[in-house]
Amino acid sequence: MSNGLLARATGRGRQAAEDRPVVYPTMWTNWRVALAFLAPAFLALALIGIFPTVFALVNSFRRYNLVRPLEGTPFVWIQNYVTVLNDSSFWGALGRTFLFLVTVLPVQLALGLVIALLLHRPGLSLFRTLTRLSLVIPLATAPAVVGLIGRLLFNRDFGVVNAFLTSTGIGAVEWLGDTTNAFISVALMDIWQWTPFCALVLLAGLTMVPNEVEEAARLETRSRWQIVRYVQLPFLLPSITVILILRTADILKMFDTVFTMTRGGPGAATELISVYIQRVGFRVFDQGVASAQAILLLILTIVLARLYIRFVYREV
Amino acid sequence: MATASADRTARTTGMDSRADAPPAPPIGRRLVTVWHLLGLLAILLLAVFPFYWMVATSLKTQTEALASPPVWTFTPTLTNYVEALYNHDVLSSLINSIIIAVCTTALALLLGTPAAYALARFEFRGKEDLWFWFITNRMLSPIVVALPIFLLARNLGLVDTHIVLILVYLTFNLPIVIWICTDQFRGVPRDLDEAARLAGASRFTIFWRIALPLAMPGVAVSAIFSFIFSWNELLFALVLTRTAARTAPVAATSFMSGYELPWGQIMATGTLIVLPVVVFALIVSKHLVQGLTMGAVK
Repeated sequence: MSNGLLARATGRGRQAAEDRPVVYPTMWTNWRVALAFLAPAFLALALIGIFPTVFALVNSFRRYNLVRPLEGTPFVWIQNYVTVLNDSSFWGALGRTFLFLVTVLPVQLALGLVIALLLHRPGLSLFRTLTRLSLVIPLATAPAVVGLIGRLLFNRDFGVVNAFLTSTGIGAVEWLGDTTNAFISVALMDIWQWTPFCALVLLAGLTMVPNEVEEAARLETRSRWQIVRYVQLPFLLPSITVILILRTADILKMFDTVFTMTRGGPGAATELISVYIQRVGFRVFDQGVASAQAILLLILTIVLARLYIRFVYREV
Repeated sequence: MATASADRTARTTGMDSRADAPPAPPIGRRLVTVWHLLGLLAILLLAVFPFYWMVATSLKTQTEALASPPVWTFTPTLTNYVEALYNHDVLSSLINSIIIAVCTTALALLLGTPAAYALARFEFRGKEDLWFWFITNRMLSPIVVALPIFLLARNLGLVDTHIVLILVYLTFNLPIVIWICTDQFRGVPRDLDEAARLAGASRFTIFWRIALPLAMPGVAVSAIFSFIFSWNELLFALVLTRTAARTAPVAATSFMSGYELPWGQIMATGTLIVLPVVVFALIVSKHLVQGLTMGAVK
């Protein structure tokens, strides 16, 4: 048994075996011991992760409305899925989520890159450190509170944003009451919160560029753009992939900021997919249909996680 | 790869490239520094302003908070904090948040560190699948789990209790702890474990007395992340608590139902939620990226 495992392990990690001097085979390939260490975490995640997911899968095949308890929960097989796939507001929420993604992500990436380059540039070291630390504040702010701050900043009557626009002569704008502008203001708050994340991830990529290479390139060309494009970008590609996949997952998850800022309104203008499913499940109380929607969202997440593994994950 | 492209640049720009790049004239360099400074200053102000405005509003009276145009200078008052904490019961929801975040973090460490040790040390079948599962758990929208958990909790009479949130928060805390700690355990030399094994120590003793103390920095960082994520969480808390176990973010949103919103009190509650997290996040600022990207970027 342990021999077979050893062959597998050495066959897969030949490179790892080379730089490790001696490996005591029976010590590190004993699956019984590994199981003893893993079991508690595994059981806990099975209890709160797998079991509820299976329960949701079962519910997605039932009619399950909390406000009509007398109807019971009969099995209706794929009827909920048919309902969801024909439901224009489900597709609307999904499309809106996608629109939100393609609105905020390019801005966050571009601004993040500019910030990362400014933070990477030599000189002004004390001020650079101070700015880098200030980026922690948006990241640390609870998304629910970000939504509340947004509601205050974008208030039509006494918000700072309108005060600023009035003073520049543009005049006050209806932000949260207007469908397009509400979407934009939620996007702006998301940009405020997550651009620092992009900047810090890209900065980590920039510091991977060997100093000699960057200095050599600086001697060759005065063009800032050429250095970014040919010297730094190759090192940034992994960071950019991480950002793309994680931000996509985050926006599929996004609930708190929208809920506290607009509750998905006005109308359904800012109702992203997680907010929509929450409404169907807990404000319309249709657990069956909401479960079907959640299962579809789960499938989408699994595809994303697969991509994450393929393009980003490396065994550390 | 980058070396190659640098070489290519060298070839195209010609042999006397050194002559092409004379030292920049001092005036130009100073101008560049000024732009650099202004850029950094703009970032700093934009990053801090919404936070500053929240804190400032929390210290204003209702009239000052609703003034148009906004008031920039005012006499700070703590009335909003007193009102929110005692009359709106934010105090008990902060206590609930502390209880829940501390307990779930402790539980995640208790369950997660042995698993991380096993993942760092042992080779076994299905390891890749296990990793994949952990990643999916971290990326999954909470609403997927919240729907069935609510029904289960309702049937078990667990709605509005601390224990249900403590358990549910493990869905994201456990992957984080396992993630960061596995990385940390890999950095602890195997030789130490092997030496202890030869000296007759049991595997549990090796883990508990040798590997875990050496992995403490990673354990501490993962604990802080776990605490921050639990402390900030809204969706599960909104669905699974009512009054007795209501957490601080839920309390912050509950001001919404009213005719005229008490903005000072809302922002006071927000400040009480955000301020401790900012302190914690500054402590782990070096590891912030690692924690947020599940170890993919360090």
